[in-house]
Amino acid sequence: MENLYLMMAPLFSSKLLIVLFFGTLFGLILGVLPGLGPTTGGALILPFTMTLDPLSAIVLLTSIYCAGTYGGAITAVLINTPGTPAAAATCLDGYPLAQKGEAGRALGMATVSSTIGGIFSVVVLVFFAPLLAQLAYEFGQPEYFALAIFGLTMLASIGDGSPIKNLIAGAFGILISTIGKDFMTSIDRFTFGINELSEGIGFIPVVVGLFAISEMLTQSTLLDQVFKRITLKAVKLPSIDDYKKTWKTILRSSGIGSFIGVLPAEGGTVASLIGYSEAKRWSEKPEEFGKGSIEGIAGAEAANNAATGGAMVPTLALGIPGSATTAVILTGLIIHGVRPGPDLFREQPEFLYGIFGSMLIANIMFFVFGFFGAKIFARITLVPNKLLWPMIFAVSVCGIYSLNQSLIDVWIMLLFGVIGFFMRRYGFSVVPVIIGLILGELVEGTLRQSLVIFEGNWLMFLTRPIAITFFALSIIALIFPLFKKKTKI
Amino acid sequence: MNNVQNKKRANKSRSPFFFTDSFKVLSLIIIISSILLIVTFTFDIVPPILNRGIQPATFPKALLVLIIFLTLIVYFLSLKIPWKKEKKLPKQFFITLYNFILFIIIAKTLDFFLAISVLSFLVSYFWGERRIIYLLLVSILFPIIVFIFFETILGLRFPPGIITNIYYN
Repeated sequence: MENLYLMMAPLFSSKLLIVLFFGTLFGLILGVLPGLGPTTGGALILPFTMTLDPLSAIVLLTSIYCAGTYGGAITAVLINTPGTPAAAATCLDGYPLAQKGEAGRALGMATVSSTIGGIFSVVVLVFFAPLLAQLAYEFGQPEYFALAIFGLTMLASIGDGSPIKNLIAGAFGILISTIGKDFMTSIDRFTFGINELSEGIGFIPVVVGLFAISEMLTQSTLLDQVFKRITLKAVKLPSIDDYKKTWKTILRSSGIGSFIGVLPAEGGTVASLIGYSEAKRWSEKPEEFGKGSIEGIAGAEAANNAATGGAMVPTLALGIPGSATTAVILTGLIIHGVRPGPDLFREQPEFLYGIFGSMLIANIMFFVFGFFGAKIFARITLVPNKLLWPMIFAVSVCGIYSLNQSLIDVWIMLLFGVIGFFMRRYGFSVVPVIIGLILGELVEGTLRQSLVIFEGNWLMFLTRPIAITFFALSIIALIFPLFKKKTKI
Repeated sequence: MNNVQNKKRANKSRSPFFFTDSFKVLSLIIIISSILLIVTFTFDIVPPILNRGIQPATFPKALLVLIIFLTLIVYFLSLKIPWKKEKKLPKQFFITLYNFILFIIIAKTLDFFLAISVLSFLVSYFWGERRIIYLLLVSILFPIIVFIFFETILGLRFPPGIITNIYYN
């Protein structure tokens, strides 16, 4: 009961409501714009959150996450281009349905199923995050090391990219985390005599570089792309017949999305693809999929928004990001001095339940905004890239400079922008780099502390049942992609 | 028969392995990783009494060996299934890249704010914007709004330069 009251606290705080309002609005705008999305947007907003208290900062980021994930559906339906990668599956049926003159119906279903999926996942978050945190009390350094390894091996199966390239990118991310003074012995590593590198490379310049600046370079190669837009009259609430057709799909996809979200490193993109294919498998009319099936839209959209709450479970309970955007949120927690984990649940329940409550409200807010404002948000896509990206560049550069008032951070951002562009061009996802960078210190720190506990005997890891379980799961995570029909390289 | 001839023709027209994207990209990764691996041997060694578990160089060494090993696997797999050939990068990409360099030079030597304005103008122009009013909006008005926002609301002090000095004086 007390927790329920804590969850409702944001409703009684005008400051948090304002933050939620702007976060949801900003998230929707980011979701609508192809190439931006909640991850890049969250990264761009990170420097600004420094002026807020920790709860407001995380509420801002989570509301961007929830609304941005939904916002991708608007462009997926109207211009056949997913605003976010998580909305890729929505294009398959959303756009064909819009072409039939039913854009309002397609967006109505996307809005309703996203909201139900999102609310379902918050319920999962409220129940499972404390349970997982309780379990984490049993964890010592060796268990955290094994858990971090599990989180990293999960990178092998993210998206539909090459598992080995994902692992290389993850290892590169961990390598970046080793730059600077070794935290245990204060010995310089990879500083090359540059004093500014002694403190290591900050998360935010790397994140903004890899997502925003690399996207700017990508957009420079797509200037001749022409979008065929479909005009939207108004968003329509689904009919009783549509509800009858889709309620099972929405519930199934909500469950799938929440489960996929909980798995470390997986996120909305994987969830929506699985949600979509399961909707097709269980449908009475699978032949309609790809031609404007309302079930297809419901399956993909419920799943990708359900992944938002699910992904927050390992992020808050264990400090292991559940998706790319939660990696940004985790960065936000760290820079605000909040260390996720079981102690957070014991010592700051008002903080946690405030986040849960805010996510719930954000889901309701984007429903209202989406229902009444989709037509306006759709117009945002009319802002041409030749004007939009120079403005994003100006905000990125000033935001990064504001972190430490250091130009080195700006150079690092630009460097990682170029690295990120070429990584994406040659099939290396940039998400594992961020997750590797965030988990790097945890992996090395827990490994070295474990070896101190074990007096240098590596075999002692095998005496810890939880650690063995995570190692076994890691092996499964590495082997699993090999069973895919065709190993991509 | 025709298929066999087509395959032979395709093999003939395939570029030598050292011209392929996979070879160039993966070689670059291996070369950089190898250089960094050599650098790890220059890290200070901690006396056993202060050594916590492993030497500071051990973990990065292990990572670099892992990266090289995985890159070799990707390379051998790419011999079996070649990477798809990427389209040539357009002129605008290189212009954007050169603008980044110009941004660094101007920000370092003249003025941070001026560098943002110049980059915004050039990128917008070379990406196809020709309407002067929009170019001014993007390169002058918007950076001024951003500048004022950071200056007054976030209390940020921008680095000294020919324009910012006028403002601060």
